[in-house]
Formats: sequence, C-alpha cells, structure tokens
Amino acid sequence: MKSDHQAQASSEGPIVQLTGVNKHYGALHVLNGINLEVTKGEVVVILGPSGSGKSTLCRAINRLETIDEGTIKIDGKTLPEEGKALANLRADVGMVFQSFNLFAHKSILENVTLGPMKVKGMKKDEAKKLAMQLLERVGVANQAGKLPAQLSGGQQQRVAIARALAMKPKVMLFDEPTSALDPEMINEVLDTMVGLAKEGMTMLVVTHEMGFARKAADRVIFMADGQIVEQATPEEFFTNPKSDRAKDFLGKLITNH
Amino acid sequence: MENYLSIFTEYDIPGAFWVNIQLTFWAAIGALVLGTILALLRISPVGSFQALGTSYVNLIRNTPLTIIILFCVLALYGQLGFVLSSDFQGNFFRLAVLGLAVYHAAFVCEAIRSGVNTVPLGQAEAARAIGLSFLPAARLVILPQAFRGAIVPLGNTLIALIKNSTVAAVGSVATESSSVMKTMIEFRADIVIPIFLTFAVGFVIIVIPVGLLTTWASKKLAVAR
Repeated sequence: MKSDHQAQASSEGPIVQLTGVNKHYGALHVLNGINLEVTKGEVVVILGPSGSGKSTLCRAINRLETIDEGTIKIDGKTLPEEGKALANLRADVGMVFQSFNLFAHKSILENVTLGPMKVKGMKKDEAKKLAMQLLERVGVANQAGKLPAQLSGGQQQRVAIARALAMKPKVMLFDEPTSALDPEMINEVLDTMVGLAKEGMTMLVVTHEMGFARKAADRVIFMADGQIVEQATPEEFFTNPKSDRAKDFLGKLITNH
Repeated sequence: MENYLSIFTEYDIPGAFWVNIQLTFWAAIGALVLGTILALLRISPVGSFQALGTSYVNLIRNTPLTIIILFCVLALYGQLGFVLSSDFQGNFFRLAVLGLAVYHAAFVCEAIRSGVNTVPLGQAEAARAIGLSFLPAARLVILPQAFRGAIVPLGNTLIALIKNSTVAAVGSVATESSSVMKTMIEFRADIVIPIFLTFAVGFVIIVIPVGLLTTWASKKLAVAR
C-alpha cells in the first residue's frame, strides 16, 4: 500500500492537484467543481470577493476543511482522510494563517523548532540552528527568546512563515496573511513572501494585496461564488479581465488603490 | 477553656487532618491523571472515544460521592474481594482514595475542557498544519495552554476534594477528621459546638491557601495572547 503511494508520487507532476472538488455549508455551495493544478515553483494568487470560497479552498488543501466530493493530491499522493498519514502529508504543506496562530505558550525559537523536532525527529541543536537561520532570513532572529505576544503582528507573521519553512514544505499555503495586519506592517510580510517566490518556492496565496499579485504571481485565479471564474497571468488579468465578475471586482478596487 | 483544650491532648486532631490531606493528595493525583485522559477522550476526533468520555462524566458526576465510596468498600472489596493493600486499615484508605479519584476525575475532566475552550481554534489548526497528529498536538500545544486556563476551576475541584475527603468516613477510614470528630462528640457531649467549630476552622485554614494560591497562579501563568 505504502509503496503504491510512493510509486504514484513524482516531482514531475503538479505539486497540488484538485479535481472536481465540491463542498457545501448547508445550502451554500462554497466550493463548486474546483479543478486546479499548481506546478513546482509556481506562485498562484487567488483573488475574489469575500465569501467566494478562496479561504476554504486554501484550507481544504491540507484538510483543515473537509470536502464533500472530488480529490485533492499533494505531489501525486491523494490527501488521506485522517490519522498519521494525514499528519505526514500536512508536514509537507506549509500553512500561514490570517491570525498568525503562533503557539502562545512557546518562545519564538520554540515555535520554529517544534515541528522539526517532534514531527521529523531532528536533534535539538540541529533544529535550533535551522530555526535561527530561518528567523535570520525573515528578520526576527533578535526576538528568538520572546513570546509571540511580545512581538508586533508583522513580526509574528514572519515567524509563522519561518515556522512553516522549517518543515521544508513542498508547497506553502497563505490564507490572507496580511489581512489582520496594521497597514505599516503589511509590506514587511509581503517582502518576505516575494523573496520566497523569487527563490522558487511553490506558493498558493489567498490575498487582497493586488500589488503582491502583480509583483510575484505567475498566475492569478479569480474566484466568485465558489467557482474559479477566470485564471490568467497577472498582467492579463489586471489589464484585460474577461468575465463581468472580474471586471466588477477590479472596478471596485480601483477606487481604493 | 481547659475543658476544651483537653480534647487536643485526648485526641490527635492534627493527625486526623493529616489523614485528610493524605487522602486528598493521592486522590488528586489519581483524579488529575484520569481526568486528563477523560478530557482527551472528550476532545478527540473519534466519536466512540467522545461517547466514552461523556458517558463516564455523566454517570459519575451525577452519582453521590457517598454511594461511590460505599460501592468501593462494600461492592469492590466486600463482594468482589478487590484488595488494594494487605494492611486492613490501609486497604480502606486506598479504596477511599480510589473512590475519591474516580469521582473527582469527572470534575477535573470538565475543568480541563473549560481550559481547552480558552485555547483558540487556530492553535490546534497550526499544530495540525505542521504535521502533529492528535496526541502530540494535544500534549505539546493544546493541554499546556488548557491547564493554564483551567487553574481556577481545577483549584475549585481541589477545594471540593479536600472537603469531600471526609466522606471517606463512610468507607471505614476511621482516622480521618470527621470520623474522629464523631467519636469526640460521642464522648464529650458537653462541648459539641466547640468541637464542630474546631473542625470547621481547621478546614478553612487548609482551604484558604489553596484558593489564594490558585488565584495567584492563574494570573502568573496566564498565556499572553
């Protein structure tokens, strides 16, 4: 059984593959026939009005939300329903949340070392070294001994990115990573994300930051009412949207940006 | 006054309280371990585990402690020959500890569950997202925060346990304070009210520091968010 899974897995195919994914919240059809592939090194930005299902889609990819129909594959392996197999697969998928969700009782350093030590069995010294490198990279190494509540939102979110990176994920999911931040802190997080994108990280980003989509995305996906309405390169999407929904959405943004 | 003070030389009152403290100590450890397991069952993703935890809490929490301790002594030991110590008195002591632990575990479970409710859902999601399965996520992320959020209700359960340890009297633990008090009242009917007051004040002296300590600890250990 296990060897079958491994045989299926290959780095040639898409890293994330959703086929015919449907989900309902009661009468609300929150994901409606979603088909999506993200290839290695690709940066995909999901845009859309609130309630369009983009966060649910992002969360479904590491099964923080269950789906009613369809299949989700990570690097060729079908997402298991529960148990150890699911935990193992989640370890390959980095997740950054809107509300940071740093472990509130652990120091910044411990937040980053927890996964490598407890999930991958890495030795403490090694995990600490890795964590310090990552904290250095996101620019909060000097805060390593503090608790999350002592950091600003922007710093916390950068730690959350380091925590996800410490697992050496195959893909990083960002669920509105800057929506809970004060305006002056948004850029420090976006800069970190742009840096990741440039280094070739496979990323799926749900965001309202059009600037990030323009700068870093390989592909923009526009969702509305649980469906993927349009997908295009950022250049094409922002200058020449095809669907009325996208035109309407972008039209409303112009007044703000 | 001398009449009253003579009870302290005739009877070992501090020793009687000491038995209650010992009952409380061992029962508290048992209740904490069992209660934590029950809380894990109740928050686990497996439906049958949840049902098991819920059934335990509903059955035990709604049964009088007296009946549980009598059950331990008369049914477990008397009927089924369940022996916890070869020492005759020690056996009753341990059976009473068992009854107290089993009973208070239900309350510990609910206290911990209230603590779990103070931990934002995002903490569990983040734990799962880095690849921790249920038990490691509970042990490393959820429970450490839940215990800190549950210090006050756990303290209340401990206070109830200290006082409820007197119910061990029905389980033939003759050395604990309420049994000793009963004996004293039988022989010293002239000073019934001072005897009652002595034991009441004794328990107040034991319990007050627990309340102060839990209030202090809950502030000191609160998780900053």
